[in-house]
Amino acid sequence: MVSSQNESSLLSSEGDSQRTQYPYVTGTSVIGIKYKDGILMAADMGGSYGSTIRYKSVERLKQVGKHSLIGASGEISDFQEILRYLDELILHDNMWDDGNSLGPKEVHNYLTRVMYNRRNKFDPLWNSLILGGVKNGKKYLGSVSMIGVHFEDDHVATGFGNHLALPILREEWREDLTFEEGVKLLEKCMRNLLYRDRSAVNKLQIAKITEEGLTISQPYSLKTFWNFAAFQNPTVGAEGSW
Amino acid sequence: MFRNQYDTDVTTWSPAGRLFQVEYAMEAVKQGSAAIGLRSKTHVVLACVNKANSELSSHQRKIFKVDDHIGVAIAGLTADGRVLSRYMRSECINYGYTYESPLPVGRLVVQLADKAQVCTQRSWKRPYGVGLLVAGLDESGAHLYYNCPSGNYFEYQAFAIGSRSQAAKTYLERKFEKFPESSRDDLVKDALFAIRETLQGEKLTSSVCTIAVVGVGEAFNILDQETVQALINEFEISGEEAPTNESAAEQAGGDADSAPDQSGAAAEGEAAPMDI
Repeated sequence: MVSSQNESSLLSSEGDSQRTQYPYVTGTSVIGIKYKDGILMAADMGGSYGSTIRYKSVERLKQVGKHSLIGASGEISDFQEILRYLDELILHDNMWDDGNSLGPKEVHNYLTRVMYNRRNKFDPLWNSLILGGVKNGKKYLGSVSMIGVHFEDDHVATGFGNHLALPILREEWREDLTFEEGVKLLEKCMRNLLYRDRSAVNKLQIAKITEEGLTISQPYSLKTFWNFAAFQNPTVGAEGSW
Repeated sequence: MFRNQYDTDVTTWSPAGRLFQVEYAMEAVKQGSAAIGLRSKTHVVLACVNKANSELSSHQRKIFKVDDHIGVAIAGLTADGRVLSRYMRSECINYGYTYESPLPVGRLVVQLADKAQVCTQRSWKRPYGVGLLVAGLDESGAHLYYNCPSGNYFEYQAFAIGSRSQAAKTYLERKFEKFPESSRDDLVKDALFAIRETLQGEKLTSSVCTIAVVGVGEAFNILDQETVQALINEFEISGEEAPTNESAAEQAGGDADSAPDQSGAAAEGEAAPMDI
């Protein structure tokens, strides 16, 4: 008993370790793209508890200050913690009351510092974040992972979105997408994720941020198609005992 | 100002509601050699007079680059100025590290002012004996601020501090209305003229003054001596009259009024300086 106590105390800072070992309630992919007037982001509203889809109304896209939008996948409670950090950040920024305000680039870098510092303490915030916004006409879209890897791009995604959505976006994304075209593109990606990602739920929100402001849509569902011939008589080629 | 029984420490008020130690600190600024600043919509120029202790020594550095977009000119206790410059550089670097973005000048100035205020309210401290002209550029444009030992700060279109600064201020008050639209080179020229005013007849050469510029597309930089001397020669102003195209309201300034919103700093020593 004594030896096992020593082992754990080598890695934990104090006796009562608060490190995140693994996530409990998780959100799946978020996708973000730049379009003509700003940024579009999509995420579904599922919160999985392991393999169970436990919560189906989790808002994973949130506003940050005047100019930014954040979307998160991963541990939902850690996302809520991040929202509290951002709330305080924006509060202090507003308290200066001097006409300056933090833009999406600044918020992205702040989050990078937070995520990387937690990673260095072996106590990560178990999220992949997407940060987008428009300030002074300049569009910004960036990503931060739970270990602090960060970059900017015209289209970003988290989790399964990296594998299923980005290839579509690389083919079909253009600088001058209109709002309708952008939404259609995102829906195409989300539908793909819905078919192939087991933790996806068919209830999503799309958020748009432009110089004028931010709107997050009401939740809605995508139409899916299951009437494939191969699904009619699935075992016709190889009869099995079940 | 004479010695009195309320001026020993900074945490003692006088019956007239003054903190004499703070006012004495502002005196130190007035005794330092002159520094001036002026700005347009896109550029800010700082200039200062270099005083060397003797012919053998070099002159003290009074202009410091704080970041690519901010610089500061000081007057007063230059040691205090150096320490505050280091603080400002540190703040800029930390902000840049966290946000990948330049620190807005207005925020740096407020932090500096709050730091100075602390020294006016602790019995074991003394006020900083240095006045700072902070020149910087940020999203909201070009800025020039003056930070006082009292912890006050003001934004200016143009300002001068240090000894014989009133002469420069008079010159600037005549000219300031055209500064917002001035070109960079015109601003530098006006800065040199203003410095010349404080020299009261001494010859203006590049060894006597230092000029620094920050502007849109131009990081804060101190002009080197050859450039400054070339500018002085070009403007033919070393000891001669200002060029004729300056005219309009030359000489006989004396307009006590037209103290514009921005160019404050009225009578020295009349009102309690904290009122300014």
